[in-house]
Amino acid sequence: MEKLVNLVADLKEKEINKEVDQLLMDGHDPRDILDACRKAVSIVGDRFQNGEYFVPDLVLSGVILNDVFNKVKPKIKSSNENQTLGKVVIGTVEGDVHDIGKNIVNLLLDVNGFQVIDLGVDVPPEEFVRAVKEEKPLVLGLSGLLTLAAQAMKDTVDAIKEAGLRDQVKIIIGGAVADQNLKEFVGADEFGKDAQDAVTFAKKFL
Amino acid sequence: MRKQPEELYAERVKRFKDTIELKETDRVVVAPLFQFFPVFHAGYTVKDVMYDFSKAYNAAKETILEFDPDMCIGPLAYPGKALELLKYKLLKWPGHGVKDDKSYQFVEDEYMRSDDYDHFLDDPSDFMFRKYLPRVCGALEPLTMTTSAHDATWLGLFSYVAMFGQPGVINALEALTKAGQEFLAWYGSLGKFNMEMKELGYPNMVGGFAFAPFDVIGDTMRGTTGIMLDMYRQPDKLLKAIEKVTPWTIETAINSAKAAGNPVVMFALHKGADGFLSPEQYETFYWPSLKKVMLALIDEGLVPFIYSEGEYTTRLELLADVPKGKVIYHFERVDIYKAKEILGGIACLTGNVPNNLLYTGTPEDVKDYCRELIDVWGKGGGFILDAAAVIDEAKAENIKAMIDFTKEYGVYK
Repeated sequence: MEKLVNLVADLKEKEINKEVDQLLMDGHDPRDILDACRKAVSIVGDRFQNGEYFVPDLVLSGVILNDVFNKVKPKIKSSNENQTLGKVVIGTVEGDVHDIGKNIVNLLLDVNGFQVIDLGVDVPPEEFVRAVKEEKPLVLGLSGLLTLAAQAMKDTVDAIKEAGLRDQVKIIIGGAVADQNLKEFVGADEFGKDAQDAVTFAKKFL
Repeated sequence: MRKQPEELYAERVKRFKDTIELKETDRVVVAPLFQFFPVFHAGYTVKDVMYDFSKAYNAAKETILEFDPDMCIGPLAYPGKALELLKYKLLKWPGHGVKDDKSYQFVEDEYMRSDDYDHFLDDPSDFMFRKYLPRVCGALEPLTMTTSAHDATWLGLFSYVAMFGQPGVINALEALTKAGQEFLAWYGSLGKFNMEMKELGYPNMVGGFAFAPFDVIGDTMRGTTGIMLDMYRQPDKLLKAIEKVTPWTIETAINSAKAAGNPVVMFALHKGADGFLSPEQYETFYWPSLKKVMLALIDEGLVPFIYSEGEYTTRLELLADVPKGKVIYHFERVDIYKAKEILGGIACLTGNVPNNLLYTGTPEDVKDYCRELIDVWGKGGGFILDAAAVIDEAKAENIKAMIDFTKEYGVYK
């Protein structure tokens, strides 16, 4: 497993496939393979944080992880839900369809043990309200790239307030549009300047 | 006595030109690049102006006349009817996926697939006509039923032409000609705008448009995820494709600037921002071809206006490797001190006033920001004051503060 962790962390895509096939053939528990991948992607996250890795590395690691999941998952017989640290509801706010940043955040939250409920892009405020009501997440993540996302983020937070749910959830804003200024305008709890920040804040709110 | 428009026009062109050439001027040039701000300010929706060129035209003109910046920019609203006729998939726009008062949104996909490189490299026009256009425009989907024009010799010509008689293909060609007429009308309106603004004394900031070759492949063909994976999985083919599009990029840029009669060529840079490529990837895949295009334009007497989006601090040293006084570098987010230290005396700087601030801040906040920027970037000349990105949502009083304050505070003694 140590070898697989290193291969995934080093993004050796071709060798990973062979290694996973070998491990399965040798009778290893598919769940251990998934755990090894999670561990590896968490190393990828650290390397990103340290400036060794960049966005393309994260995108590639997401693809690698997905491929391994798809290969290994059918082989898991009884899938009891993994223990999670907590739920995060996330989405790109209304009017904005950018999702690459959000998807990276999803990946990092997932490998750090959070259960991520992704509402997708161009999500209207009422959809966020519904999800917060039903899922009772620890954290709500609002993503946006464009300036139009500023008002949409504020509208979303206002809708959460009106629904009487603001005290029950921490709100993090992220994406190119997010800064201290916007955090105050929107009424969020934190703003993240990169994907790793989302994990740091989510852990802080545990 | 009030100056005549032609006098003001000449004065503004000279101030702009001297600023690019890093010469001493009377004051800092202020040239905010508006996108939908004029539309909202005039009380229109995005939908209104995409379907009525005269509304787009008047809104853009009124904003320039009201706020009186040094340079103007044409109405940046795409023609809705033409996009509708083509069933264009690269954008969502009002009535087609976004609300009437919202800006359009770019829809990324792998319109060129990972196994399309060979076709593209072998016969790019054939790939574009029979694969790319049908994927990007729903109305052109039937073009997949045509065959390659390289078969059109002798009897091959008969069977080649026969494919154009199919009902689906007839519809596609009809959509193409109708959309063509819409685009011609739209370009006509933009041309008329330039003429009238010139008569009113305002030079257009932008003549032609171009893209970095990496973005040509990444933006509308392979998509962000696609091109990022190609750097690992098929780097040689990606590099060949970049090499292939470089001369076309140069040609298109030169032609568009010449058609506009304005030497400034704007490059909206997308996928080379800090973090989006590692330094090695930027130096391998992004910068060499971009630099090649820039130098070719400079040789033609044109001015590359490099409009970077996102953070760009880690790229500054590379950007410094261009001839002096020939390039405008726009930054959305950058360490302004480092940018001046590294690029000052080499290229003209612009951008950086946060669009969030223009939307959520007060005129005092805006002035404070502009003061610092003028102090740092304006020192010794070579600076144009502008927002960090094209301006959509913003408070009118903040736009006014940005422009008036620059004229008052940005004076060189």
